[in-house]
Amino acid sequence: MVPVTTLHYLVTAAALFVLGVIGVLTRRNVVIVLMSIELILNAVNLNLVAFSRIWGLHGQVFSIFVITDAAAEAAVGLGILIAFFRNKETVNVDEVDLLKW
Amino acid sequence: MQPVATTFFFYFLSGLTLLSGVLVITRKNPVHSALALILGLLAQAGLYLMLYAPFVAGVQIILYAGGIMVLFLFVIMLVNIERSQKEEQFNKQWLIGMLSAGALGALFVLVYTKGSGLFPASMAVPVESNNTQQVGVMLYGQYMFAFEIASLLLLVAIIGAVVMAKRRI
Amino acid sequence: MLDYITSYLGMNTTPGQAGNVLWALIYILIVFAGVSVAVMAMNWLERKALAHFQIRLGPMRVGPHGLLQPIADAVKLLTKEDIIPDEADRLVFWIAPLIILCASFTVYIVIPFGPTHAVTDLNIGILFMLGVSSLSVLGVVMAGWASNSHYPLIGSLRSSAQMISYEVAMGMAVVSAILMTSLNKSGTGTLSMIGIVEAQQQQQIWFLFKFFPLGFIAFAVFAIAMVAETNRAPFDLPEAESELTAGFHTEYSGLRWSLFMLGEYAAMIAVSSIAVTLWLGGWLRPFPNTLTGPAWDLVFSLFPGFTFLGLALIAFIGVIRMPKHPYFRIQTMGLAGFAAVLGLIGLILFIPPVRDRIQDIFWFTAKVGVFMYLYIWYRATFPRYRFDQLMKVGWKVLLPIAIGVLILTAILGVVL
Repeated sequence: MVPVTTLHYLVTAAALFVLGVIGVLTRRNVVIVLMSIELILNAVNLNLVAFSRIWGLHGQVFSIFVITDAAAEAAVGLGILIAFFRNKETVNVDEVDLLKW
Repeated sequence: MQPVATTFFFYFLSGLTLLSGVLVITRKNPVHSALALILGLLAQAGLYLMLYAPFVAGVQIILYAGGIMVLFLFVIMLVNIERSQKEEQFNKQWLIGMLSAGALGALFVLVYTKGSGLFPASMAVPVESNNTQQVGVMLYGQYMFAFEIASLLLLVAIIGAVVMAKRRI
Repeated sequence: MLDYITSYLGMNTTPGQAGNVLWALIYILIVFAGVSVAVMAMNWLERKALAHFQIRLGPMRVGPHGLLQPIADAVKLLTKEDIIPDEADRLVFWIAPLIILCASFTVYIVIPFGPTHAVTDLNIGILFMLGVSSLSVLGVVMAGWASNSHYPLIGSLRSSAQMISYEVAMGMAVVSAILMTSLNKSGTGTLSMIGIVEAQQQQQIWFLFKFFPLGFIAFAVFAIAMVAETNRAPFDLPEAESELTAGFHTEYSGLRWSLFMLGEYAAMIAVSSIAVTLWLGGWLRPFPNTLTGPAWDLVFSLFPGFTFLGLALIAFIGVIRMPKHPYFRIQTMGLAGFAAVLGLIGLILFIPPVRDRIQDIFWFTAKVGVFMYLYIWYRATFPRYRFDQLMKVGWKVLLPIAIGVLILTAILGVVL
């Protein structure tokens, strides 16, 4: 087999990104959409850390900030989900279609 | 420290990550999706270790797999309705979604085949023993402002999550 | 073959550092076997010590003084029927004890029993230990969810809320100990477990006594938080029998329940070894700075042998006090054999080559053993915390104290 270069990691990150985009655009359950967003963020992190091996530690520092952001966003997103669920008793993305319930 | 069996571990870990990604987007039961995502996050921490980034791997295990996924599991337990698992799993615009994702994938393939000669074929093994210290020096030196803003962001997120999830303000 | 082994014994790094896969696997097997024996011994000691605290005798029948009781328990649990609740999610029900077990056992690869006696020495050792031990919260959540019944669900929610609350206080206390490792000439600290103990050796002081009383308060915060983290008394509301019918592992029977117990005891030993490494000097002998010199080294190096000879003496006194009845003949012979084995080990530990090599491992294990006895002592002595009192202590008492100690340690470290 060919030795593992940076391109291998980038292809893995790209595949993970596409899987996350498919999850966000096609799934019906809001929690699974949020988990696909976490997949996208992880793909971006893998990309950053793969490049940081060539060009210094900035990639790793930025990926730590991305993980922190992902935590904050997951918390707020899930809070919104709970508030919505309390009102409408569903976790279906298709039913989030009124501005005011 | 010499790396051991790099090729096998890379294919194993990246295969595990992609498999868990596929499982996340195809399972009916959200608890199974969360378990698959935890597996993918741990495999990704292994990939970070292979890229000589042990601090990011440690942060990934603590924050992502040990913190964010616990949050997800709690919320899944709160909002899980049996009825939603027996319905149709893919939403109304699944075809357009798949076509857009396919276009994105084709764009990635185009970019990577055109630019595959840009990366060096072999790289030196970086020093790993003081990775944490160097990341710390950069975080508290060059990226100090971003660090403080990230802490402010977390504070705002905490207050926001509490306000959104409370029953009565 | 023999010179392969002896050439390895002269190495000065851990097998993980050297990339030596075979020796790393052998170390993992030794650690795994050691932890399994330690868990069984802990089970026996808990029942006997609790019984003696409560002025009764504990198990006396199964072996001499109940020494074979853990084996009998293991056989009973293995032969029980494996019951799965009707509507339970089978995959998650099966996976939950495995997650707790894997998370508790993966931590052992960075625990240092000596300067080169660890499976590996990760650069991020303490971060890895804290992170992987926080993965057991996932197992607890899933065990309660998969059981599909309300006592386990409430128990798992309470238990996981308690565990994630006390992890924060633990992390703060750990950070204040890591700060102390950077108070050397070059000004750089380290997160690796072996590096932390070597920093204590270099600074000639256990971090428990550094900046007194700051090190002691940080150690106290960690000691309380680690008892709460492993769901042990007095913080064992989620698994207490009078409260929630055994909490999140109610619906588990037989081998699966024993996996939970194994994971719990393994986690206890793991967090105790974190406390020993960070504050109590790891594998260093007591008084490394005040009582120096080859005479004191010799005195302290005789401790392992005398410990085993003391245990053999206690077992021999038990032999003498056995009832002189023909029915007790086998038990008396068994206990005498046990005393003889202990005495033999004690005599072996007096031979100089063995004595020199066993020092680090003995002192580390002795300190962790003290912590294990403290766990049992807490269980016998303290009443249980109510859940809101528990959360109040975690967030409103321990966390401010830990942050205060961290700030004061940082200030003192810069000023002094």
